[in-house]
Amino acid sequence: MALQGKAWKFGADVDTDAIIPARYLNTSDPAELAKHCMEDADPEFPNKMQPGDIIVADKNFGCGSSREHAPIAIKAAGVSCVIAKSYARIFYRNAFNIGLPIFECAEAAEAIEEGDEVAVDAARGIVKNLTKNETYQATPVPEFMQQIIDAGGLIDYVAKRLRPTDQA
Amino acid sequence: MMGMTITEKILAAHAGMDRVEPGQLINVKVDLVLGNDITAPVAIREFDRIGVETVWDRERVVLVPDHFVPNKDIMSAEQAKQLREFARKHRLTNYFEVGRMGVEHCLLPEQGLVGPGDLVIGADSHTCTYGGLGAFSTGVGSTDLAAAMALGETWLKVPESIKFVFNGELPRWVGGKDLILYIIGQIGVDGALYMAMEFTGPAIEALNIDGRMTMANMAIEAGAKNGIVPPDEVTRAYVENRAKRPYTFYQSDPDANYARVIEIDVSKLEPQIAFPHLPENTRPVSEATDVAIDQVVIGSCTNGRLSDLQLAAEVLKGHRVSDNLRLLVIPGTQEIYLQAMKEGLVEQFINAGAAVSTPTCGPCLGGHMGILARGERALATTNRNFVGRMGHPESEVYLCNPAVAAASAVLGRIAAPWEVE
Repeated sequence: MALQGKAWKFGADVDTDAIIPARYLNTSDPAELAKHCMEDADPEFPNKMQPGDIIVADKNFGCGSSREHAPIAIKAAGVSCVIAKSYARIFYRNAFNIGLPIFECAEAAEAIEEGDEVAVDAARGIVKNLTKNETYQATPVPEFMQQIIDAGGLIDYVAKRLRPTDQA
Repeated sequence: MMGMTITEKILAAHAGMDRVEPGQLINVKVDLVLGNDITAPVAIREFDRIGVETVWDRERVVLVPDHFVPNKDIMSAEQAKQLREFARKHRLTNYFEVGRMGVEHCLLPEQGLVGPGDLVIGADSHTCTYGGLGAFSTGVGSTDLAAAMALGETWLKVPESIKFVFNGELPRWVGGKDLILYIIGQIGVDGALYMAMEFTGPAIEALNIDGRMTMANMAIEAGAKNGIVPPDEVTRAYVENRAKRPYTFYQSDPDANYARVIEIDVSKLEPQIAFPHLPENTRPVSEATDVAIDQVVIGSCTNGRLSDLQLAAEVLKGHRVSDNLRLLVIPGTQEIYLQAMKEGLVEQFINAGAAVSTPTCGPCLGGHMGILARGERALATTNRNFVGRMGHPESEVYLCNPAVAAASAVLGRIAAPWEVE
């Protein structure tokens, strides 16, 4: 999937209650969760973003609860990827596990402004700011996690391990 | 060769290795996995996709509906039903139904399901609570839970450790909640990101097991992977008649390697208040006494244990809840509730004008049982004060210990316990 779209900027310590408030957690249906994506950080976000758009945030994105509904809501809303200075660890892991591309890049998080057109080369971790004609290098993904991504996410990775013959 | 920390020793033991180093990626056997009524439905969906017949060990997959139970609405009821049906289908021995359940992180230690030296993962960020017993435990998402339900294993990155040394004698009314709030205030909500927080020193040794679990519980609020207290005789006294499995006391070596060592003198500390909207916004209670409040909540996986209720009752003695606010008291488990009744605490709360509820996470995460209206302000013994955490996005949550909560319920504003003595 091409990771390209308009940047929406958020601040530091965006918590998972802001990404998907607990009042909506009486369902795990991705389409329902998507309707409330980022609602307590910016109530208008679900209406104004377009599929492919990119969330750009400061440090410690996704702190707080372990709810996987947070990356699920972002992915189901059509956000193509998240770029942040750093991530809370459970969110980081959850994003990989469910297949939401996320990139750690302080330089990009600083330089990109709201509304900039941004494209990401996921394989090489290169963030391109098409509006400003700049490029930034994201932190490489640990090799171990790359294997999970290559398998198509954690569940496919586990399924492959448990039933190797099925994959032949 | 350098020594190892308690966290590294537990991880090494579960990886089948002699030693591990910070940064190393390891595959570990887990002793127990946990899910609740919000996270388990997603985990069950993913588990079914793996295509295995059943769970790795039906005695070690624990399901606790606690967030939106007793069911708050039809959709929540459907989610809780998924847990019940999964538990029946896979004959899980540790599914806890309403009436027998509790707030998960109060319940599991009480039931002896977790013990010192264990490695536990749970699809709830406050799974780190069991570090209070000298276990390694950490929160994960639903997909990680699903994989561990099938495999009995997970992968982890060995964290660096920060050692906190708490020196001095704890002043009256200052407890585990204040120590953890104070250090989060010092290092920030990402001050221990990806790291282990090891709590040591004379003031920790003086804490009861409840206070230690309160501290480990909020390690996640500093971004940590786990919080841990070295097990000792206090730990042994708590676990010896509860533990359902053998346990191991691990201790850090004197020459273990720490990313940082932070020393704190607790002797001059006051009870701490975390102001909206981050747990790091802490101030001593004496600098917060002008804040009027609408609701006080005493409970949660942070401070819903028996000694928390005893402390609140002690402060409330001879007083009534202010006409201007609601006091909600939520015992963490049925056993705690029953004991609180036997000790007369429940009667005391009700006579003071409080509502006492069956165990639930309810208001802590803005689920039910005490949601805030626009502009309302709550003081809570819970763990998070994010925007909208307890209800309307324009409401506010302040965090504190149970004694401060009780005193504030009497005076209708944030108050120090000594103001009502």
